[in-house]
Amino acid sequence: MGEKKLMKGNEAFAEAAIRAGCDAYFGYPITPQSEVMEYLAAQRPHLRTGMVLLQAESEIAAINMVYGAAGTGKKVMTSSSSPGISLKQEGISYLAGSQLPCLILNVMRGGPGLGTIQPSQSDYFQATKGGGHGDYRMIVLAPASVQEMADFVRLGFELAFKYRNPVIMLSDGIIGQMMEKVELFDQMPRLTEFDQQWATTGKTTDRERNVITSLDLDPARHERHNLKLQEKYRKMSENEVRFESIECNDAEYLFVAYGSSARICQKSVKIARARGIRAGLIRPITLFPFPSEEIDRMAGKLKGILTVELSAGQMIEDVRLAVEGKVKVALHSRMGGMVPSPEEVFDALLKSFSI
Amino acid sequence: MAKIKGAIVIDIEKCKGCELCLVACPTDVIRMEKKVNGKGYHFAYMEQPDNCTGCANCAVVCPDGVITVYRKKFED
Amino acid sequence: MEARNIKLEEIIRDENLVYTKTSLMTDKPLSFCPGCGHGVAHRVIMEVVDEMGIQADTIGVAPVGCSVLAYEFMNIDMQQASHGRAPAVATGIKRCWPDKYVFTYQGDGDLAAIGTAETIHACNRGENMAIFFVNNGIYGMTGGQMAPTTLPGMRSSTTPYGRDVALMGNPLKITELVAMLPGTCFVARHTVHTPLAVRKFKKAVRMAFENQKLNKGLSFIEIVSNCNSGWKMTPVQANKWMEENMLPYFPPGDIKVNGEMVSKTAKSE
Repeated sequence: MGEKKLMKGNEAFAEAAIRAGCDAYFGYPITPQSEVMEYLAAQRPHLRTGMVLLQAESEIAAINMVYGAAGTGKKVMTSSSSPGISLKQEGISYLAGSQLPCLILNVMRGGPGLGTIQPSQSDYFQATKGGGHGDYRMIVLAPASVQEMADFVRLGFELAFKYRNPVIMLSDGIIGQMMEKVELFDQMPRLTEFDQQWATTGKTTDRERNVITSLDLDPARHERHNLKLQEKYRKMSENEVRFESIECNDAEYLFVAYGSSARICQKSVKIARARGIRAGLIRPITLFPFPSEEIDRMAGKLKGILTVELSAGQMIEDVRLAVEGKVKVALHSRMGGMVPSPEEVFDALLKSFSI
Repeated sequence: MAKIKGAIVIDIEKCKGCELCLVACPTDVIRMEKKVNGKGYHFAYMEQPDNCTGCANCAVVCPDGVITVYRKKFED
Repeated sequence: MEARNIKLEEIIRDENLVYTKTSLMTDKPLSFCPGCGHGVAHRVIMEVVDEMGIQADTIGVAPVGCSVLAYEFMNIDMQQASHGRAPAVATGIKRCWPDKYVFTYQGDGDLAAIGTAETIHACNRGENMAIFFVNNGIYGMTGGQMAPTTLPGMRSSTTPYGRDVALMGNPLKITELVAMLPGTCFVARHTVHTPLAVRKFKKAVRMAFENQKLNKGLSFIEIVSNCNSGWKMTPVQANKWMEENMLPYFPPGDIKVNGEMVSKTAKSE
């Protein structure tokens, strides 16, 4: 099996990037994800695998370097934290519109504005509903451990190339900064010699020129392009839903939480069970596509759902859409970098449903 | 005495009638046609073909690349 | 004169061909206004790619602005960039394909206003690529608004009484600015409005591509051009106005060659 190490989430992500055969990383420093580029720089990936590492002049430049590099058909990525991800949104919209694969990590911190450098989950809407302009979606992976910070790099690239679409890893300051044991997968080859049919590899006489663009001034053609994109997002919804369910079989009360909140809720489930309350947890691993069907399937048997988020309540809208009023959905929310304890979440469950 | 003779062929449907070729021609070969092409532009034509030396100045400055130039040396 | 007896059919033959549009320009009619310099600049760049035989090794980046559709006309692999970001996009491409020829083609609003940071940093890193910068002193595509290069007193749709430098700042000589950076190896300013100017421009384009082959750093060529629609003149008048007004402020000539400053003031030749 793979090598075991004690690592920070951000470092595990960076190490996994090299091992996943990533061809290029373009980034810009921002707390709490600066360890990603620092780790990569220390590793000298150009010597290990030939991977390109470049510190850009801004997040805007970084995402546009990703856009250019992704156009060459290679495995490319960037990482940032909330304000930086906001700056990248135009570029992400171009990547989605031009159907380019890439991996983008957001180690979320609190907002709005400059907000705080403390952890948060308040970019859920931005990540799952599009973020930039136009009708587009991205697969959103939500790691809840350092292990997943590593594993989702490989999965993220697989999905990005399967659908020719950007994939977002929506992490947060807790998962990025905390240290845990991680088992690293073995080194995979880079895409260097792999020629994508659609990419800017140089026009040879045996094919038409390849153009990477999101522009089409013909309304009918552009509508067809949009319909094609929507069909792709429908296929993602059909095939790529991932979630973890903990103690759900006999659950009367359900926590729904992702990322670091899910880690807290795992403990809250244990506290509840110890008190004789049959609680369970659904942890969405993909936030888009959202595990709506599974939550809806359980809804009939439940007395209440509590979503726990480090935001004012964003994912709760998807949970409510999923159950369509079949069961009461309540929220426990912390913001500004505050993180609830498992006991606090358990108390919230009792209060929300008058247990 | 050898004589250099040139000629140009204009893709009149792609000509936009900007007249830059007319200005660039050192031997006053080109004029604009009174008629218009499919897009409504007065297009360039050789009014004095005998003057053309095939210097290609017109083609070089043509923004739309619609001018093809030929040149031949004739001996006495 | 016996020449009067020579028939055109004797001259117009394949073996007598001296100039025709390169096959590296597609047959699609250009979307530019009549007399616009973009068409010449497009064609000359493609002529050089054609003559160097590097079509299969060249990737271009199109900007936002009048030349947004450059990929419709240049018969090479291309990528369209968001407004101002072409040098970053090209950096991404070049870093992934260090052995290929990469260039951006940008206008003044794109390169010298919204994309100033990307321009300066790509130049400063000495990315081994070429930047072709068409300066017509106006935002053409959006209908003739003030550009960073609009001349003092010059009218545009957002400076209807002329550019007041006290309020709106001075025209930005970004070409002189990037020449100061150690990452640039070749910086020059050209025009494409006369046959001689086009031929000089073509030599510069050739040098920009040759520099890439030798990993010399970034080549930056400004093309001062007309925007007759935006300036509300005929193409011929616009070129004359450009000579009289634009060129004194933006004088053509080499500014930096092989990494050495050759003209501190970039005076006309």
